Amino acid sequence: MTGLLHLDHLTVRRDGCPVVDDVSLKIAPGECVGLIGPNGAGKTTLLRAALGLLPHEGQSSLAQMAPRDRAAQAAWLPQSREIAWPVPVRDLVALGRLPHGRKSGPADEEAIQAAMARMGLETFADRPATQLSGGEQARVLIARTLAQDTPLLMADEPIAGLDPAAQLSTLTVLRDLSREGRAVLLSLHDLSLAARFCSRLIMLDQGRKVADGPPVEVLTQPNLAKTFHLRARIHETPEGPIVQPLETTR
Amino acid sequence: MKLGLVLATLTVVLFLASLMIGHSTLPLGAALTGLIGTGEPLHQMVMHEIRLPRALLASMIGAALGLSGAAMQGYLRNPLAEPGLIGVSGSAALGAVIALQTGFAATFALALPLTALTFALLAVALILALAGPRGGSLTLILAGIAISALAGALTSLVLNLSPNPYAASEIVFWMMGSVADRSMQHVWLAAPVMALGFVLLATLARGLDALTLGEDAAESLGVSLRSLRLRLLLGTAAAVGAATAVAGAVGFVGLIVPHILRPFCRARPSRLLWASALGGAAMVLAADIATRLILPDRDLKLGVLMAIVGAPLFLHLIYKTRRLDA
Repeated sequence: MTGLLHLDHLTVRRDGCPVVDDVSLKIAPGECVGLIGPNGAGKTTLLRAALGLLPHEGQSSLAQMAPRDRAAQAAWLPQSREIAWPVPVRDLVALGRLPHGRKSGPADEEAIQAAMARMGLETFADRPATQLSGGEQARVLIARTLAQDTPLLMADEPIAGLDPAAQLSTLTVLRDLSREGRAVLLSLHDLSLAARFCSRLIMLDQGRKVADGPPVEVLTQPNLAKTFHLRARIHETPEGPIVQPLETTR
Repeated sequence: MKLGLVLATLTVVLFLASLMIGHSTLPLGAALTGLIGTGEPLHQMVMHEIRLPRALLASMIGAALGLSGAAMQGYLRNPLAEPGLIGVSGSAALGAVIALQTGFAATFALALPLTALTFALLAVALILALAGPRGGSLTLILAGIAISALAGALTSLVLNLSPNPYAASEIVFWMMGSVADRSMQHVWLAAPVMALGFVLLATLARGLDALTLGEDAAESLGVSLRSLRLRLLLGTAAAVGAATAVAGAVGFVGLIVPHILRPFCRARPSRLLWASALGGAAMVLAADIATRLILPDRDLKLGVLMAIVGAPLFLHLIYKTRRLDA
């Protein structure tokens, strides 16, 4: 099996109603896959079920693994940016090394340093993470998943609440990871950024996968109308398509 | 580790002080020879049957309360959590009260602590049944509150129906919490149960660190929350149940000690575990010495003193935190 994540007819029910409905997909190394869909389409539920954090029907290659093996295969960045204690930034990033064994060695140190450098956190290393701004905390938490050093990174709305520059730099980091041969699966709401930074988009509507392919094939007027109830203008630019929502069609 | 050294030294010094200070003033030499069993028989008896069990129990109970307090705060990610939250100490106290009331406590020396311990374990069984193996931390807290309330109500009921005032006052005094007049038998009863609790709680270190990032992130880091919670509950029940069984209810230690030591542990829940165990031992030893120094003739209760000192200290900590937040 070459895929890093393989979902086979994955279904999640809440009170009997399917929230994720019969989704099958495969994610290969080198891909940066964007999960798009309106609020309540089941993006978060799909990601959590794929990780085995929710009871589900169907198969997920990750959910079948032992917790320890799964932690070595996939890193998970939840949407809620929880930092419970005023732990120094460096220690928080180092938590990403937990699945890599008890004694910390030079490989751990290297991974932590690299993750902090990548997210531009060197100057924060000793500051309590709880004292940072929301955007800085988001960077610290992404650095934690980078330190985990997994072939697959799954992130739930990693750019929500960040300023435009931080959104761009975060997505650049994630895209670069995929270009280095890892795979990234992230959910996001900004369709233009999704089109520019993802190599592939998966569109969810009411728990079902309604489109899957390169951004230009997924972000079409009919798809946007049907799934997002939006009329939008799609500009083709050298940087990729820019989606400008104009009005709701509901 | 500097912090470890400081706390260990403090605990050892207080332990020795606890051996030296008591109702009858023994010269240092007599106390030492009595301790190693070569001095006068009277001195040997004082050291072996009064002071040593007292000092041992004070440190064991302090360590149990500090360690489980740190574990509970780490698990719930809340600095206001304390080991009594899950109803173990309340239930152990209820068991003790029932043993005193029915006269079962008088049938053999360890009848009271054994009943208390049984009730502590019953409380955990009940909490697991209520919160379920998959229940989140909120259900755990709510189940704990319900069990504490029930245990408190039943304790009051026993007092309420108590036929004679002497039995009632015996119960009230027992509930205040103390390590005075205990024997090595109590130490031997509590030690293995507490040791089991300590081992279980010590295995939580990595999981509690991961929980700093929230339950979802912790689980994705390979932590099994189910097993973590089970070990936390059983460990706390064993440690705190045994502590309450031999000493009655001693509050505030599990709440304050992790709070004071957190800044010195870089807020890492794993480091806070062992630091709070040592810190708790030191705090209870100090408080127990204080009960002997402040009112030597009035049998001032450890639990009472702890609450009188602990509550203002806690208020001060809240005040400090509030200023930091502003």
